[in-house]
Amino acid sequence: MAMKPELMKRMVKGPDGLEFEVEPLRDYYCEAPPTVMPAAYIKIVEDLFNWARAESIWILGFGTGCGAIEMRPLMTPRFDAYRYGVQWRPTPRQANLFIISGYLSTKTLKRAIRAYEQMQNPKYVIGLGSCTINGGMYWDSYNTIKRLDDYLPVDLYIAGCMPRPEALLSGFMDLKKLIRAGKGEGANKYVENFDWYKANQKRVIHDWDMPDYNW
Amino acid sequence: MSFDWMKIPYSLLTLFIVVNYGFLLNALIQKIGARVGRRHGIPIWQNYVDMIKNYGLRSSITHGVMFYLGPVFRLSGGVGLLLFVPTIYGSYMFSNLSFAGDLILALYFVFFGTLGMALGAGESGHPHAAIGITRGLSQMTAAELPFGLAVFSVALQYQTLSVTEIVAAQQGGILNWTLFTNPLAVTAAMLGFLGSMMRPPFDVVLAPQEIPIGPPTEYHSSYLALMQTNRAIFPVAKIVIYMNLFFGGADDWLTFCFKVFLIYLWSAFVGVVFPRFRVEQSIRWFLVWAVPLGVLSIVVV
Ligand code: SF4
Repeated sequence: MAMKPELMKRMVKGPDGLEFEVEPLRDYYCEAPPTVMPAAYIKIVEDLFNWARAESIWILGFGTGCGAIEMRPLMTPRFDAYRYGVQWRPTPRQANLFIISGYLSTKTLKRAIRAYEQMQNPKYVIGLGSCTINGGMYWDSYNTIKRLDDYLPVDLYIAGCMPRPEALLSGFMDLKKLIRAGKGEGANKYVENFDWYKANQKRVIHDWDMPDYNW
Repeated sequence: MSFDWMKIPYSLLTLFIVVNYGFLLNALIQKIGARVGRRHGIPIWQNYVDMIKNYGLRSSITHGVMFYLGPVFRLSGGVGLLLFVPTIYGSYMFSNLSFAGDLILALYFVFFGTLGMALGAGESGHPHAAIGITRGLSQMTAAELPFGLAVFSVALQYQTLSVTEIVAAQQGGILNWTLFTNPLAVTAAMLGFLGSMMRPPFDVVLAPQEIPIGPPTEYHSSYLALMQTNRAIFPVAKIVIYMNLFFGGADDWLTFCFKVFLIYLWSAFVGVVFPRFRVEQSIRWFLVWAVPLGVLSIVVV
């Protein structure tokens, strides 16, 4: 496992002449494993939250493959996803929905995992295009992943190569139904099968140089 | 001086009305902006849903004490601004906690939230947040300068630091408004107003397409929801000050809503027409166009 030199354990000399040891992955990141977050105790409260989650979908603006180009028209007058409560957020901290928009090279997968883990529970993943389902036309590529579901818990696939913006809109509608029915529990699924997901991820990412869970 | 306990529930009522009005107004202004771009825009209740959702998120992480306090400071800045200024002129119920000399306190509260936010976002340790703060504070300072000058000019003009007395002096006909008795100060302040409403051309600080969303980059869940609440209160509170100082205040809630809407619309109107400034451009713009007007208004008075 190749590690970048700045992430190695090393001795550092402070400005006051004191020498101390730094182990970046330990010292700079939180090591705690993620936990399952239970739903609200009272059902009607959880229902209200689920309704709000369904009506206020914040997408992480992160495009991976060619499908990313289909998300932009949704902001334009012709499709205008804003009227359905769908908005784009520039930072994973505030987003709830991660759209993997097409093929994921293993290099991007690493970034996608980091971004996904920084999102707050509950969070949803949509796989856009056939590349996320079975590899699509990159099925025999040496450098892309084939089944997104092996690496991140996918709530919904939108098939096509590439799907039209209308397909995305109807995908949002289906996702809303899922969330309202309380089935959007991808984040907890990820935590429950954490070891399996991590094993899969580490199998394809050879230069793993981040903590196991990016808080 | 005896304290009137009855003022507390009345102030809370004011707060309640203003929060709801602010939520709807923000959505309405966004909708107007969307309509100009030929979109439908968000539903009018979207901000409520967003807030419920953010409170409903199950996990939230922290970066330290100041990270907690940032949104709290910001919210208290907005609430403080609102509560120390009479909302409805001449009404006992809605004069809130105003007192003689409250103008200075209000000016202070305008800045208070931003500073608290700066500390909180700084602790998040995200480089984007730090850049956002630098931009935000410099632009904010440049935008507050003409406003501050205009406020001094108005205070000189009426020889008082009490917002209530300033409103009282403007009663009796539209021509008594500061807008007509001291047009220079009002112009300077309205130019400064553009800079503090976070709409184009001065929204480089919070714009999602720039350094992602600036100071609140790391804020999420309930932190963000607190800040959203403040986003509803703060513009209205700020506009209330403008309304009281320059546009004759409001006698009842209807006039209040109408005037606040119109003043807010001014920033939205400019926003949809002009593209975004970079920070140094906007600072230069304020210093070249707004500040001399403010100085002039003081000299004239
Ligand atoms: S499904 Fe087609 S359009 Fe989408 S990323 Fe794959 S090859 Fe590109």
